[in-house]
Amino acid sequence: MLENIDFALVNWSRAQFALTAMFHWIFVPLTLGLGFMLAFMETIYYKTGDPEWKKLTKFWMKLFGINFAIGVATGIILEFEFGTNWSNYSWFVGDIFGAPLAIEGIMAFFLESTFIAVMFFGWDKVSKRFHLTATWLTAIGANLSALWILVANAWMQNPVGTTFNPDTARNEMTNFWEVLFSETAVNKFIHTTTSGFVLAAIFVLGISSWFLIKKRETLFAKRSIVIASIFGIISSIILIGTGDSSAKEIVKTQPMKFAAMEALYEGQENAGLVAFGILSGKENHKNLTADSKADFIFKIEIPSMLSILAHGDPNQFVAGIKDLIMGNEEQGIMSYREKIERGYHAQQTLIAYKEAQKSNPKGEEYLALRDKFADPVFMSEYFRYFGYGNYYDPDPEILQKNAFKMVPPISMTFYAFHIMVILGFYFLGLFALFLYLIMRNQLHDKKWLLWAAVWTIPLVYIASQAGWIVAEVGRQPWVIQDLMPTMKAVTQIDTTAVMITFWLFAVVFIGLFIAEIKIMTKQIKIGPNKGGTK
Amino acid sequence: MFETLSHLALQQYWWMIISFLGSTLVFLMFVQGGQTLIYTIGKTDMERTMIINTLGRKWEFTFTTLVTFGGAFFASFPLFYSTSFGGAYWVWMIILIAFVIQAIAYEYRSRPNNFLGARTYETFLFINGLIGTIFIGTAVATFFTGSPFSVNMMNQSQWETPWHGLELALNLHNLSLGLTVFFLARTLGLLYFMNSVNDEAIAQRSKKQLWFNAIPFVFFFLVFVIWLMLRDGFAVNPENGEVFMQPYKYFINFIEMPVVLVIFLAGVVLVLAGIIISIIKTTSNGIWMSGPGTVLTVFALFLIAGFNNTSFYPSTYGDLQSSLTIQNASSSHYTLTAMSYVSLLVPFVAAYIWYVWKAINNKKIDKDEMTSGDTHVY
Repeated sequence: MLENIDFALVNWSRAQFALTAMFHWIFVPLTLGLGFMLAFMETIYYKTGDPEWKKLTKFWMKLFGINFAIGVATGIILEFEFGTNWSNYSWFVGDIFGAPLAIEGIMAFFLESTFIAVMFFGWDKVSKRFHLTATWLTAIGANLSALWILVANAWMQNPVGTTFNPDTARNEMTNFWEVLFSETAVNKFIHTTTSGFVLAAIFVLGISSWFLIKKRETLFAKRSIVIASIFGIISSIILIGTGDSSAKEIVKTQPMKFAAMEALYEGQENAGLVAFGILSGKENHKNLTADSKADFIFKIEIPSMLSILAHGDPNQFVAGIKDLIMGNEEQGIMSYREKIERGYHAQQTLIAYKEAQKSNPKGEEYLALRDKFADPVFMSEYFRYFGYGNYYDPDPEILQKNAFKMVPPISMTFYAFHIMVILGFYFLGLFALFLYLIMRNQLHDKKWLLWAAVWTIPLVYIASQAGWIVAEVGRQPWVIQDLMPTMKAVTQIDTTAVMITFWLFAVVFIGLFIAEIKIMTKQIKIGPNKGGTK
Repeated sequence: MFETLSHLALQQYWWMIISFLGSTLVFLMFVQGGQTLIYTIGKTDMERTMIINTLGRKWEFTFTTLVTFGGAFFASFPLFYSTSFGGAYWVWMIILIAFVIQAIAYEYRSRPNNFLGARTYETFLFINGLIGTIFIGTAVATFFTGSPFSVNMMNQSQWETPWHGLELALNLHNLSLGLTVFFLARTLGLLYFMNSVNDEAIAQRSKKQLWFNAIPFVFFFLVFVIWLMLRDGFAVNPENGEVFMQPYKYFINFIEMPVVLVIFLAGVVLVLAGIIISIIKTTSNGIWMSGPGTVLTVFALFLIAGFNNTSFYPSTYGDLQSSLTIQNASSSHYTLTAMSYVSLLVPFVAAYIWYVWKAINNKKIDKDEMTSGDTHVY
């Protein structure tokens, strides 16, 4: 029952993971995108032999290196934290989640870390062709590593390709290809990597604009802007496309997340999309009841657009938060209460099975219970709600209240989603405008626009983080959708221990961040022509 | 191909991969060992720059091997991952922090406006070298000495002391392996300097320092191994999976698996030979004997921890039956099969690492390269 859960421990563990993941994600997207941009630049150098292109490549490579180091430093923490702070989760999903992590190490990390050494140290040691290959392989390695970790994350959003094994009390992979090529995994990989490409393109665009404002290195800056704009436009179009397909898929697999993204309390047909809105904050996930209503102070809505976004048809019904909790017979939506009871039944069956196994492993009771876990009806009607069972309470009133607790933070998910989408369209517009102006040689005297590009750099980081907030906060209360709630995934250690490591990480991260920003800005100011390669 | 293997065969195959990664990691810790010698061997700024740069071109291999070792362990024996990482919380967290500060130290050390100053980043490297080796050595020793945890019927684990792993460092047998790894890493670091830096003063000092590090290494290694051969081990009854204490278990494992014993002895001979020829002769190739020797020795030690009906992660908290074996802690047959196909990439990965290593190290680091202005310098 919920009163047995140490929520202080759960919240500190979540805070620590969020801190690490978000800090890590400051550096990763730039690596993903800049890696490919370096490869484009060096390819042009290789083809033309123009030393200006080599200079340009080396300058961006230097910034890539500064950023890469800190990404590596924070990446290892995430991998360890699955074990240190989420040990129950590690066991429960280890059979699925571990494989992508191992593949990531064997396939991607070695590729990345081996060839990055050639990229930095090999200019005079290997042939031009081999060096170019190394630069491409570094970019591919970085994006391959993103593939595997995103596959693992996609499985947490949409656990497919697995079967529960009652003997080991965990999910076990039964179809690797289903895990790898699930709709969620494909969308997530393309959407996330292209978001990294867009981030890197804005980074290059902004810094190059600064050089134009300062009237320094104009040829270098203009060339960089052309590369960034073209790469940015292509990436943005794919990003927006996969955003749309992600939304359609989330409606099916995580309807509660989708409802929270739009702060949609009551389901409706011809549902409108909130293009921009401000919530009063009075209604939130903590005081949700059957009478709660969306509380927009202000909103601009596009009629029927949400139904189109979700189902490609304006007349389709989109479920709201309350439909999902309380059920909606007309639309065939089962209530959370019912799901909790079914999940609890599945959990009790597992406990009975384990006890029978211990007392009489050849007995009839044991065999009958074992058959249940092989029975497709039991698995699809009861076991699929396994995680809901953790919200069970024998008192029907408390059980009903618990059902209303199974909602993600609504306003955070709503704002994160809208910030991400609005900024995503803005970036596309900015790339297009820059490409148009630079092709007409009219960019360099538009100072306001150049400054806008510089100030877009922090915005792209905000958009990128917002995307992960939608994905991870929007999934709550689940760590694995419908199967394991976050509160059950945590390692049972003292809250104080987690608090200490949280602050320890926070201090280390702040120190590293200051160092990174200082070094990066100094290198940018030095520019591509001075300071050798130090 | 792999589908037809039994679950046990796949578990053994993956234990061998884990053992290979673990032993390679110990060899690659010459980077950590070297980091603790920057000021001992480098007396001038230029000497230190050369030392840091020769290590800096290899640190990512060690780091990546550590990450892959962790990932592969998670994937193949997830119950170990959840039990040890969640339980020995402080040990892993301290190791983690030590590696976090390493990862930025090389890149940021010589950059202008680097906030903390070069000396701080060099201190980070020292801390990483000290803690990374001793703590990982200590943690691996618990494969033989055990840890205080229990596992319930849902396979959820619980650490049974409030110290969460710190108590493991107080066990002298564990500590002897921690110190063995520390001095071995320093010894290998010295051999690597002799191999990769073209500088007379550095070569001379490294040779001299070999004495001061190889002797403690051999001493602690002998303490650890003799103690290991004499102690009771955690044996598993293959009939029912029951764990029980067996006198001289690890010695018996060597005797019952003579191939492993041969690998072990060959490894030890190679490690010692690499050290000895580097001391008595003028050669820079000692690392190519001691390095592979380290891999063989540690590989054999991992095998006697997990093979021949032995529990590789024993529980010493009252309930021996919570102990982890390669059978009860592993992933499913399907997952191990899928991953085994991926493991076929390992030789390919090793080949390109070797190729790149040679390409980058084909010419020793010297003062000219550090000041040429045309290469990336840490």
